[in-house]
Formats: sequence, C-alpha cells, structure tokens
Amino acid sequence: MMRNYLIPLICGIIFSIGLVLAGMTNPAKVMGFLNIFGNWDPSLILVIGGAIIISMPTFLLIAKKMEGPIYNKKEGFSLLANKDIDRSLVIGSTIFGMGWAMVGFCPGPAIAALTLIDGNVFMFFIAMSIGMLLRKVF
Amino acid sequence: MNIVNFTPIESLTGGLVIGLAVSMLYLLRGNYSGISGIYFNVISANGRGFVWRSFFIIGLIVGPVILSFFQYKSLGFEMPVTNPLFIILGGLFVGYGTQLGSGCTSGHGVCGIGRLSIRSIVGTFVFITSGIITVTFMRFMGWVTL
Repeated sequence: MMRNYLIPLICGIIFSIGLVLAGMTNPAKVMGFLNIFGNWDPSLILVIGGAIIISMPTFLLIAKKMEGPIYNKKEGFSLLANKDIDRSLVIGSTIFGMGWAMVGFCPGPAIAALTLIDGNVFMFFIAMSIGMLLRKVF
Repeated sequence: MNIVNFTPIESLTGGLVIGLAVSMLYLLRGNYSGISGIYFNVISANGRGFVWRSFFIIGLIVGPVILSFFQYKSLGFEMPVTNPLFIILGGLFVGYGTQLGSGCTSGHGVCGIGRLSIRSIVGTFVFITSGIITVTFMRFMGWVTL
C-alpha cells in the first residue's frame, strides 16, 4: 500500500505543487529564462538550485548512511549504470532543448498543467507522448 | 541582457518543494524522480513498476488541483507561442529528445546534478544551451516576441 500507491502518489503531488509554485507551469517564464540575450527572467536558476540544495545531500549524504530505502529494502536504491557521454545523450538533449524552447514546456510541467483544461496544453501533451513512443520505432 | 519578471522567492520556494519530493521518493522508495522516464514507462505499458509510476503521474496531475484550494501567489499561465505547428513540433521534440537523451529537466537537471553525475551535467548543459539558441533564433525570425 505505502510502497506502490501512497508514497508515489504523495511524491507526485508534492512535486507538481513545487512546479506550480515555482512558475514552471507558465511557458512564458520558461521561455523568458532561455531568452538570456533579450528580456531575461533568471528565476529558473533558483528552481533548479533550490531543488538541488535538497536533493544533493539526500543522494550523497543521507542515502549513503542508509541500508536501503525505508519502504523498499528489497529492491534497494536505484542504480544508474550508464555514465557514458555519448551521441544519444548529446543529440537527444539538443532535440529536447529545441522543443522545450519552442513552447516553454518540459514533461513534468506539461503533465502538471493538464488540469488547466487548455487546448494548447493538450495538443503539446499528445505530441510529446507520441514523440516518446516514436523512440520505440527509431 | 535586461532582467525582467524575476520571482526569486516564489521560484526558490517551488524549487525547495521539488527537492523535497525528489528526496522523499528516493529515501522512501529508492527511485529517481525523472519524469520523462516515469511517464514513458507508463505509456509504453511496461509491466515492471507500472503501478507506482502510474500513481506518481496521477499525483502530478492532481497536485495543482489540491494547491488551488489554498492561497498562494500564482505566477500565471501564458503561452507566448500558440501556432499549432510549433506546439506539435515542440511536443514531438520534447518527447523524442528526452527518450533519446535519457532524461529531462527533472531527471538530468535535478536528480542527475544532485548526485553529481557528469553525464547529467553534460545533458543539462546541452539542453539549456540548445534552448537558448532556439529561443534566440525564434526571436530573430520574428516567430515569437518575448
């Protein structure tokens, strides 16, 4: 119950509340951040910075002292094996950055903005989902 | 450069709250909150971890509704680009790019940098740089006014 339902649900809720409070669900603010050579809105630095101030000690200090995640000792902490700086990383991130800049949405905020019931958000969300699934084909 | 619309308090607060969610999911369940990966596994019906990932996504969707019952300073909602061509192309690029590059703002930007992964630091640098070039190009072409 806790492990598969309650914990992910509550974490998702807190995450998206953070996104809204930070202004990430406002595409104009995101595009304003990327508009560094024009009218620049530096707010997004503080969003990522604020998140990292909390996540870094969690990953590098607290988790290291624990035997495993509190409600998931069996599977343990996720391990990400891939450390390569490869073509896929660079090309994929370049394409992602282009799409992010065109509309002002990355995946989290696009999902968190769904309940605004806005046609353009839906259109972006559907296209994003199709784009992800295209990766299965090529 | 000309600084506008800067919301340091709100954005820092939101960032800290995001960091709290990331930390909770990791310490309680052991998973990274990389949203593009979590969502992709749900829509591609990956049976392994399907339930917890689905509930995380449901949480993302309902979070703003819960927040709307409380008083907070809204930073608004405005889409500078509403041309369907850009919206569809942008969506396809975000979807495909995050899967090819194995991460988005949350996965590489918050979780990856948080654990000092060189791969994620490079990924984040690349997508922010690409985004800056794209916005600058779009303004130059007159496709968007910011």
